[in-house]
Amino acid sequence: MTLSWYLVLAAILFTIGAVGVLVRRNAIVVFMCVELMLNSVNLTLVTFARANGTVDGQIMAFFVMVVAAAEVVVGLAIIMSIYRTRRSASVDDANLLKY
Amino acid sequence: MLTYSWLLIALPLAGAAVLLLGGRRTDRWGHLLGTATVVVAFVIGLVCTISLAGLDKKSVNVDLFTFIHAGSLDIPAGLLYDPLSAVFVLLITGVGSLIHIYSIGYMAHDPGRRRFFAYLNLFIAAMLLLVLGNNYVALYVGWEGVGLASYLLIAFWYTRPAAATAAKKAFIMNRVGDVGLALAIFLMFSQLGTTSFQGVFAGVGALAGGTVTAMGLLLLLGACGKSGQFPLQAWLPDAMEGPTPVSALIHAATMVTAGVYLIARSAPIYDLTQTARTVVMCIGALTLLIGAIAGCAFDDIKKVLAYSTVSQIGYMFLAVGLGPIGYVAGLAHLLAHGFFKAGLFLGAGSVMHAMNDQVDMRRFGGLWKKLPVTFWTFALGYVALIGLIPFSGYWTKDAIINATFDRGDWLGDALGIAAVLGAGLTAFYMTRLMIMTFFSRPRWEEGVHPHESPAVMTVPMVVLAVGSVAAGYLLVEAFPLADWMAPDFGARHEATHVIAPLTFGIGITVVALLGVGLAWLFVGRREVPATAPVRVSFVTRAARNALYADQVNESLFMRPGQWLTRALVFFDNRGVDGAVNGLAATLGGSSSRLGRTQTGFVRTYALGMLGGAVLVAGALLAVTAG
Repeated sequence: MTLSWYLVLAAILFTIGAVGVLVRRNAIVVFMCVELMLNSVNLTLVTFARANGTVDGQIMAFFVMVVAAAEVVVGLAIIMSIYRTRRSASVDDANLLKY
Repeated sequence: MLTYSWLLIALPLAGAAVLLLGGRRTDRWGHLLGTATVVVAFVIGLVCTISLAGLDKKSVNVDLFTFIHAGSLDIPAGLLYDPLSAVFVLLITGVGSLIHIYSIGYMAHDPGRRRFFAYLNLFIAAMLLLVLGNNYVALYVGWEGVGLASYLLIAFWYTRPAAATAAKKAFIMNRVGDVGLALAIFLMFSQLGTTSFQGVFAGVGALAGGTVTAMGLLLLLGACGKSGQFPLQAWLPDAMEGPTPVSALIHAATMVTAGVYLIARSAPIYDLTQTARTVVMCIGALTLLIGAIAGCAFDDIKKVLAYSTVSQIGYMFLAVGLGPIGYVAGLAHLLAHGFFKAGLFLGAGSVMHAMNDQVDMRRFGGLWKKLPVTFWTFALGYVALIGLIPFSGYWTKDAIINATFDRGDWLGDALGIAAVLGAGLTAFYMTRLMIMTFFSRPRWEEGVHPHESPAVMTVPMVVLAVGSVAAGYLLVEAFPLADWMAPDFGARHEATHVIAPLTFGIGITVVALLGVGLAWLFVGRREVPATAPVRVSFVTRAARNALYADQVNESLFMRPGQWLTRALVFFDNRGVDGAVNGLAATLGGSSSRLGRTQTGFVRTYALGMLGGAVLVAGALLAVTAG
């Protein structure tokens, strides 16, 4: 049982998340993909903590989870308010902030 | 009393200030105030001069206040009252008073009379500062002040384009000379650390010969600009666009002789440099011929007198260039010239007054019966100028010519012959002027009814005429200027003349009579055409163009200057502005193009972030692996 399988899994999850962010239009799906990327990183951190025999990586993972929770609260609120004003959850419709 | 000599300058200056600041409220009595300040200044000048004569040491220094004090530069404002400045003070305030009185009548119908008197007062104040200052900086302040007053008065009728242009021409050509004077003062300060007359004259002996010569030549450049000498003579005849009293006071009697004053005052500098002195002489002789030749051809009465002034100042330059044997002769001629030329100009003004401001002598003629006072005063000025015995010119101008021959070398002989030729030409053009104006058949324009001027104008003319008759004899024989000037120029110089005075007197009179005779032959014997003949010899044409001085100035200085300005304007528009505007346009254009990349689509930004992260990760890997 090697640790590298965990790293491969984390890489696959991160790639799925990144591609999802780039190709999907629905804001909720994009948001879930971001979460996926964060959690793949968490997995990597825990894996390396285990490999090195220290707890640094695990503590870092907790920090990421706290930040992710806060981000979910703010992000979902923004998505809700955009949906209420535009009757749409597509990220391409929210394109007013430009040149 | 001499400690109050600052009043001489302060009074006319206060008059100018009251008239200029008081505005229209002073219109009714402004001319009287302007005249009164100058007359009072004349009285003060007389008292000062009399008390100066009573002193043992004939040089009084009056320190007033510190003008500039900065580091090692210390320039006090002080006055120097000595025999040289005393005669100038009397000339300026004396002739100035007469001309102020004359102007009351001459400018009676001019709406700007108050302004005219304000400028005249300003001129008197500046001119007195010029001759009274005890250092070169004070002299320079006065020098620029008279330049300003001259500019304002030439352009007095500023709505006339000719007057405005003439004023600019005078101002600009004067600037050329002033640069020379300023450089000379800088040179004094850098070499000697002082600009006071006393300090400069005490220290100049220790300087290298080349430095002293440069100083002399730069001072000469300044003198040439102010006095209308070659090569800066072209502005003076154009300056006749101003009112006639201005021509009489500024451009004949006083301001234009400031150059002679400058050279006479700087005598200790010129004593050390024979080169500069020779240049002064040559310029004087050349200018006296140029002025006399041009004077023969012009039909404008004031321009003839103006060229005559140029020519007579040439005589004065020749005299002061001669050194100790010439200073007193030159200054005597300056004083006598101040009288008779001011008188002649006032006479010309009176003629113009009678002829509806006509200046073309071809439209005059036969005026001696209509304007008797003007004619007789003018005739006295005429005999004084051409130097007939025993009038002023004989005593002063001919003394200069004789002193030139006294040099005894080839240069003296050559310049002397030029001066004799100039004397003949002087007699010619003045006789031509007399014949065309006062004799010959009347060629008046329709509706002109000549009438004699009022007493307020004729009285100053009579006084000046008496002065012009007497000045020469008084200055040379009765109260010799040479003795009065001894503290400035050393004891009286008893010259042993190369040519015996009697022979010389007869010779010069013959030359003058020859000029008169030729003028009668060419002008008086025939009818004077009412319009100038067109088909004339090339000599006449050259003289009518004042020996092409304007053309030379235009092609040598004005045109290249214009080309240079045009090239600079082109370079400024295309080069400097082009670079700045081009840079701004490039930045603006590229920023608006770069702005297009901000599309507002979240996924585009996300791709950018991912690309960036991959790049950073790749770079990190490359570094760790490498």
